[in-house]
Amino acid sequence: VVLSLLLYGLLLSSMGEEEGLHQTQFLDTMFVRGLKRKCFDGEEDIEGTLAGIKAIPSYNLQRQSLLDMSLVKLQLCHMLVEPNLCRSVLIANTVRQIQEEMTQDGTWQMINTQSTGQASLDRLVSTDILCRSSRDQAEGKHVPAYGTFNKDFESDQAQDSSETMSTAPSVQASRNLQSNVWEMENPQENKGNFQKSLDQIFETLENKSPNSVEDLFSEVDNSYYDLDTMLTGMISNTKMGHCDSLETFSSPTNTASNSNCKSDLNDLDHILPLYTYPVSIPWR
Amino acid sequence: MAANPPCTSAPRLQPFSQFPSSVLVECGSPGTDIISTVEFNHTGELLATGDKGGRVVIFQREQESKNQPHRRGEYNVYSTFQSHEPEFDYLKSLEIEEKINKIRWLPQQNAAYFLLSTNDKTVKLWKVSERDKRPEGYNLKDEDGRLRDPSMITVLRDSLLGVGGSTGRALWEPVRASPMPAAGVGLEPVPGADALLLALQVPVLRPMDLMVEATPRRVFANAHTYHINSISVNSDYETYMSADDLRINLWNFEITNQNIVDIKPANMEELTEVITAAEFHPHHCNTFVYSSSKGTIRLCDMRTAALCDRHAKFFEEPEDPSNRSFFSEIISSISDVKFSHSGRYIMTRDYLTVKVWDLNMENRPIETYQVHDYLRSKLCSLYENDCIFDKFECVWNGSDSVIMTGSYNNFFRMFDRNTKRDVTLEASRENSKPRAILKPRKVCVGGKRRKDEISVDSLDFSKKILHTAWHPSENIIAVAATNNLYIFQDK
Repeated sequence: VVLSLLLYGLLLSSMGEEEGLHQTQFLDTMFVRGLKRKCFDGEEDIEGTLAGIKAIPSYNLQRQSLLDMSLVKLQLCHMLVEPNLCRSVLIANTVRQIQEEMTQDGTWQMINTQSTGQASLDRLVSTDILCRSSRDQAEGKHVPAYGTFNKDFESDQAQDSSETMSTAPSVQASRNLQSNVWEMENPQENKGNFQKSLDQIFETLENKSPNSVEDLFSEVDNSYYDLDTMLTGMISNTKMGHCDSLETFSSPTNTASNSNCKSDLNDLDHILPLYTYPVSIPWR
Repeated sequence: MAANPPCTSAPRLQPFSQFPSSVLVECGSPGTDIISTVEFNHTGELLATGDKGGRVVIFQREQESKNQPHRRGEYNVYSTFQSHEPEFDYLKSLEIEEKINKIRWLPQQNAAYFLLSTNDKTVKLWKVSERDKRPEGYNLKDEDGRLRDPSMITVLRDSLLGVGGSTGRALWEPVRASPMPAAGVGLEPVPGADALLLALQVPVLRPMDLMVEATPRRVFANAHTYHINSISVNSDYETYMSADDLRINLWNFEITNQNIVDIKPANMEELTEVITAAEFHPHHCNTFVYSSSKGTIRLCDMRTAALCDRHAKFFEEPEDPSNRSFFSEIISSISDVKFSHSGRYIMTRDYLTVKVWDLNMENRPIETYQVHDYLRSKLCSLYENDCIFDKFECVWNGSDSVIMTGSYNNFFRMFDRNTKRDVTLEASRENSKPRAILKPRKVCVGGKRRKDEISVDSLDFSKKILHTAWHPSENIIAVAATNNLYIFQDK
């Protein structure tokens, strides 16, 4: 805890005035939205951090965790049966919503500025990318029980040969079930976590199927990633306040699938055209 | 509407909540035969259930009997058949589940019953017919169905007819006389070369034990790229529609089909909304509605255009800004839409509420009922374990005065639209004994928990009642709780 405080102090001092403004705007939007949560703002009061550790996690971290969880859900397209399109669309919309808000806060933009050197608001990840299953070969890691969501799930190494739509991710979750003692808000960690989550998806897309990936996120800053690993190694996992069994992900997901939702659905139209032709109905 | 009426020491029971008798019928073994749809036919005489294994089980209501008056109205198994089998889509290397998503009955037009059953990809029309007589006295085969020895059937003809006898001739060779006792009709010999005496018999129909057989009459396949979520029979009885996530097809029962709604975007990356349910108007054969994952309902008129992409009416309730969260869209997604029997209202079910809409008012529902509002603070956990994506159905009673829907912990809820009272009931073995009265249940939201109450944290979210059905004219309900079917009657 002490070490994390020191780090936090270092990071705070490196934060520019611009970021401070973003935080203020962010607080306003929180109230405007009327979301129910307690806001812990460690930025204004470092002395209060000790007390803040025991507070309900801040909105930023809650949002971050929700985003992480959503991204994982989208990746876990189950292997045998076609994933539920309605569910995928709803989760993807949730992710977009978070990204939009983070873009407005400037939180998202900070990430992009740092990592890619370009400032662009057109970084909203499309449903396509989010639904797309990662393509790496499975490493045979077992997926731990993630709530009741994937309790029977196991990655299958032999599955990479077929054009499956589903993935066999191997998320290694650190089962940190300690109490809701919350680490302080750490903007750097926020960015790192988010980038890390995206990395988990996109680095597996790198070098595997370069043709089909749209270049929404052009570069991944590896050094940035290393900083995250160091930080998350020290500071315990993020959690949402009400989700008791939320676990985090510390390793990239690996899958065996080659296909993705979009190309499959589009291809099907070409291969198997819909069986329709007009029929005259004698309406009364 | 209050989710839990104030607790009194002796809750008054509305007539619809008095269920003196219950019939517990268990279908299949736990884990394999989860019931996935329940539907009464138009008279209420038959109740069909579909399960995850692709089976359809039909129950029939016992007729009134003076000998056993207390057994009136019990539902017994009438027919069981395998409707769908698991398939494998080789193009996508995916299994196609055999789970029956929906069953819809056709109105009865003759002695046989017809129903539509569908899984994710294929709709089938089944004919269910009775057989209580069977022909006996076949010539070519005996009672067990084995072919008879031809020489035993008739006495071989003699040379009277001048035809050479050999193998390969027709078995019903004419004979001159009939020394053997003929079971059937025999003709007296008439002198003459062309006289024929037939020792053959005409099979007769004799009563047998009732046999119910189901035969597939049509298979409507290869018309849906996405998963079928709804089927609905038109009031013209000549057409029906099937809806998947992005398209709705109109079928003639002679297999031809026409696409009438298509919301698939040109670029799948732009997909943000899917179709969740669809139903024809009960009386107007040109009108149907479909609901979406964004909480909207569109009413379409097929007379306006062949492709009904432009709706005639658009029902959407403005969002409540004070309740807005990241889960707002997900919980607004409509899981079921049902026309009232009168055709004047539609009812929609989203994750936390049931809403009744007047067809003439598009900007907001006329009634909103809270099903389990205590879950609003648990949305994050329910999102994590995917329960937030559960698709609950809702039903009207025959007079459109009461609506019913399911919840968790094997609870189901009823709302009386006239008195505004509501009740929570439980479908469980402990509480359901024949001729027992269902006791109202209550969920304790906070504070002190009373003796019979159950706290929110104790709810079992694996026990969900997604599928219920209400008899078209009587107070008989069917509730599917995982792999158990409960039928409750009001006496």
